[in-house]
Amino acid sequence: MASSFTRILSSKRNVGILSLVGGSVAAGFLLHREHVTAGEPLRRRYPASAEYPDLRKHNNCMASNLTPAIYAKLCDKATPNGYTIDQAIQTGVDNPGHPFIKTVGLVAGDEESYEVFADLLDPVIKERHNGYDPRVMKHPTDLNATKIQSGVFDERYVLSSRVRTGRSIRGLSLPPACTRAERREVERVVVDALSGLKGDLAGKYYSLTLMTEQEQQQLIDDHFLFDKPVSPLLTCAGMARDWPDARGIWHNNEKTFLIWINEEDHTRVISMEKGGNMKRVFERFCRGLKEVERLIQERGWEFMWNERLGYILTCPSNLGTGLRAGVHVKLPRLSKDPRFSKILDNLRLQKRGTGGVDTAAVGGVFDISNLDRLGQSEVQLVQTVIDGVNYLIECEKRLEKGQDIKVPAPLKQFK
Amino acid sequence: MAAMKNCHNDYKMKFSVDEEFPDLSQHNNHMAKVLNKDIYSKLRGKSTPSGFTVDDVIQTGVDNPGHPFIMTVGCVAGDEESYEVFKELLDPIISDRHGGYKPTDKHKTDLNYENLKGGDDLDPNYVLSSRVRTGRSIKGFTLPPHNSRGERRGIEKLSIEALSSLDGEFKGKYYPLNGMTDAEQEQLIADHFLFDKPVSPLLTCAGMARDWPDARGIWHNDNKTFLVWVNEEDHLRVISMQKGGNMKEVFRRFCVGLQKIEEIFKKHNHGFMWNEHLGYILTCPSNLGTGLRGGVHVKLPKLSTHPKFEEILTRLRLQKRGTGGVDTASVGGVFDISNADRLGSSEVEQVQLVVDGVKLMVEMEKKLEKGESIDGMIPAQK
Repeated sequence: MASSFTRILSSKRNVGILSLVGGSVAAGFLLHREHVTAGEPLRRRYPASAEYPDLRKHNNCMASNLTPAIYAKLCDKATPNGYTIDQAIQTGVDNPGHPFIKTVGLVAGDEESYEVFADLLDPVIKERHNGYDPRVMKHPTDLNATKIQSGVFDERYVLSSRVRTGRSIRGLSLPPACTRAERREVERVVVDALSGLKGDLAGKYYSLTLMTEQEQQQLIDDHFLFDKPVSPLLTCAGMARDWPDARGIWHNNEKTFLIWINEEDHTRVISMEKGGNMKRVFERFCRGLKEVERLIQERGWEFMWNERLGYILTCPSNLGTGLRAGVHVKLPRLSKDPRFSKILDNLRLQKRGTGGVDTAAVGGVFDISNLDRLGQSEVQLVQTVIDGVNYLIECEKRLEKGQDIKVPAPLKQFK
Repeated sequence: MAAMKNCHNDYKMKFSVDEEFPDLSQHNNHMAKVLNKDIYSKLRGKSTPSGFTVDDVIQTGVDNPGHPFIMTVGCVAGDEESYEVFKELLDPIISDRHGGYKPTDKHKTDLNYENLKGGDDLDPNYVLSSRVRTGRSIKGFTLPPHNSRGERRGIEKLSIEALSSLDGEFKGKYYPLNGMTDAEQEQLIADHFLFDKPVSPLLTCAGMARDWPDARGIWHNDNKTFLVWVNEEDHLRVISMQKGGNMKEVFRRFCVGLQKIEEIFKKHNHGFMWNEHLGYILTCPSNLGTGLRGGVHVKLPKLSTHPKFEEILTRLRLQKRGTGGVDTASVGGVFDISNADRLGSSEVEQVQLVVDGVKLMVEMEKKLEKGESIDGMIPAQK
């Protein structure tokens, strides 16, 4: 049952969002009064203009949207846990741009970051999620896998199918900001809930600090083991602190349902299998997620979610569904066709190499997945992937036979 | 920003010591040897006036359990006051690292180069280059693990003012990392002056690479024998160097240049951080005292394979590194030999040890070349 720990956090949650505003003398006095234990700061304080980052060489969503005026407005604020705008943008300041993809360039340290720093986060979200306006729009959540049409691919082309998302535990700070105690609590809560899974979902937890050599080797062979992040996008945001404390991997005995704990998010949930049965992969995904949610709710916890932004995750790019549904598919001919990128664009799909986001394709095999995360439901996005991949396979078959292909009309943004 | 940082620490205080104490079971660094729940409990509620906390101090040591070549310190200071506020943790670490240095000990500063004996006759057939470096922190600013962009830029501005007023043999130019031309960059690389964004996790986990390359830069004199790094691991790193074995000249230029720079900073009411217990205050506790590393690149192919090499170095109070710096191994029998001590002895004393020790080792090398024994030359512990 919920511990005293959660009771402390619950009461904090229910108080609502407290933002500490500097700027006016009166507000400054209030700030001082509430935090008088801090004492007089001897540290030299500079005006916002002296602190504003140099973003001239930068190409990420944060740099495109952080004006000096917005920075000045936000630089004295902090979330109730003490997370600041400087912390949120540090990764974007330290990483001017990525060759393959326009990065977001900021992270949330906790659920309240999305409120307290809304002046920056809302335009970033709008840019990243193709015009989704969190100020006026609502995000649909739908984990009813029975609505999926078809979804079993031709296995001469589709080698594997996978759906992943993330979930955050409400009341605990996110990986960029969490303390060791919070991170350990995430681990405790989630592992405890997972031990309640049954049937084809029953499985086991492997803590990164305690796993044996053998277990480690097996996890590597299964391609389940995640490493300490080396990407500066993550390390500059503080997500690798205290590694490997409270990090681990849980998977079911059948090795088709996998959960990463305390990597880039509190949890990353993955359903996968070899072959082309995306329908079954998604069905298991939904069932597993709902079951885990039920189990944590029994213990007095819940996932971070709201109707503006859907599921709350560390990176703004993963808001909404946080869902990436994809396949590894052989498209040697289509991938060489000059219209390939346009076809993917219009189908709202993206390609990656089979090693993940920062890699290139090998042997004509591509990782094809949904582009969108926010503004459409899980069911809608998975259906988009299914319809899109079927189309791509049709194109490949036509090219094999020497027939021509057509670029499909672009899909509508928000349904 | 002090109130913000304390706000986060106040929030953290809701969790117990047991819940927050780091897992140091795999660790081998000075911080892990000293830190226990008792000390952590006493210090976790504190912060320096600028908001630096004990978790900030130890983060690099928690994230980096151990280094293969060298026992790392595993903690950093965020400001001058860190050494006071967290003394319960830092004093024992300083003692461990600096040969038993006690909290009541006083450190001697001596930058009078005329007190150095000899040092102008190291055999250039063996001693390829000579170098003395130290660091300086500017009073009134927080240190690289903690400082904000505004502070870092303030440090750069002051440093440029100070350095551009130097003349004579010290006349030179500042090259900001952000804004140097391709040609300037090529030249600085060719001269081996350019420093890169830190990649060592020892530094990045302590937050020292934030906002790179904002307000970082390199200044050097026209003669290319006196070099200052601005806002790398410390506010300033000051380096005097030249090819060959004339350590005396290198040290003279080092002392004279440092004192000129210090005068100018003092005029701006921003002298260097220094106190009579810890000497010069720097980011890493290993660099307290003189912060001085005086060394040579020297060819010792035979001596370095002699079974007593390590013992000789220890007795001479010297340490070896590869010629690529602290994290490297030696190449072709050429070693970087420098003083091991920083705190508890003066600049003159430390450089004297290098001068005398290297002279002896070169003589040993020559003996070994002739096939003779060096057993009679093994020195007593200095």
